[in-house]
Amino acid sequence: MIEQDWLWGLAGGLLIGTAAALYLLVNGRIMGASGIIGGLVDGSGRATAAERIAFLAGLIGLPFLGAMAMGPVDTNITENPAVIIAAGLLVGVGTRLANGCTSGHGVCGISRFSLRGIVATVFYLLAGGLVMVTFRHLLGVI
Amino acid sequence: MIRNLFAFLSGALFGLGLLISGMVNTAKVQGWLDVFGDWDPTLAFVLGGAILPMAIAWRVAERRKTAVLGGALPAAPDPRLGHNLVVGSVLFGMGWGLAGLCPGPAMASLSFGGWGGLLFLLSMLVGMVGAPMIRTRIDRLATA
Repeated sequence: MIEQDWLWGLAGGLLIGTAAALYLLVNGRIMGASGIIGGLVDGSGRATAAERIAFLAGLIGLPFLGAMAMGPVDTNITENPAVIIAAGLLVGVGTRLANGCTSGHGVCGISRFSLRGIVATVFYLLAGGLVMVTFRHLLGVI
Repeated sequence: MIRNLFAFLSGALFGLGLLISGMVNTAKVQGWLDVFGDWDPTLAFVLGGAILPMAIAWRVAERRKTAVLGGALPAAPDPRLGHNLVVGSVLFGMGWGLAGLCPGPAMASLSFGGWGGLLFLLSMLVGMVGAPMIRTRIDRLATA
């Protein structure tokens, strides 16, 4: 199973890219998770609320069905609430400031050679890597 | 209505992709970021696999005037970078590393992520609500 992880990753990636392609060509929108949720939360996407809610229903609903069919899925999330809260706040603020996350800047931005998407991806990858070095290897917190 | 149906389908495909690729597993995401630990290359295959169909979609989009269901296609990417893009991406990357979750997987794993997943999602939403206030402060600092 471990040896095939990359194959599942590639297959899942192709599905994610197909989802983004569908949302772009059919609905005319960029599939960015933080933008779709963020627009609902801060009211900036009120005019397109139904479309956003429908997207999120699919995004939450299909993994729910999948997990029922495949058996329990372990997310291995940390049990330290302080780390979870800090991480959630950082992701919420950061993705709204940067106007995108892994799906919007990573998948949709890089695939059209957007400089903003590439720069964002470089910075969040570097920051994530530095956090692993600091908080896992130096401090042993995560 | 048909718009919402296709939005639902896109979301469902996105969720299925996140589930089978293992990106709802925080250990795999942190394993990718942890280049000095037991490095896990899966995320590169996920990102690469996702960019492939999307690169084709952008080329198709270039030749079209409108989306299939009508309405404009996204404008050309903004060439300006700006401090908020960099500051925001650094903050996002820090949170991503700390918990191993980004917004898509946080939503996709909601039904089986337990209290930890829910707490992350709620904190993320609070961060999103507070972001405009922080943006104003950063802009003030940048122009000072």
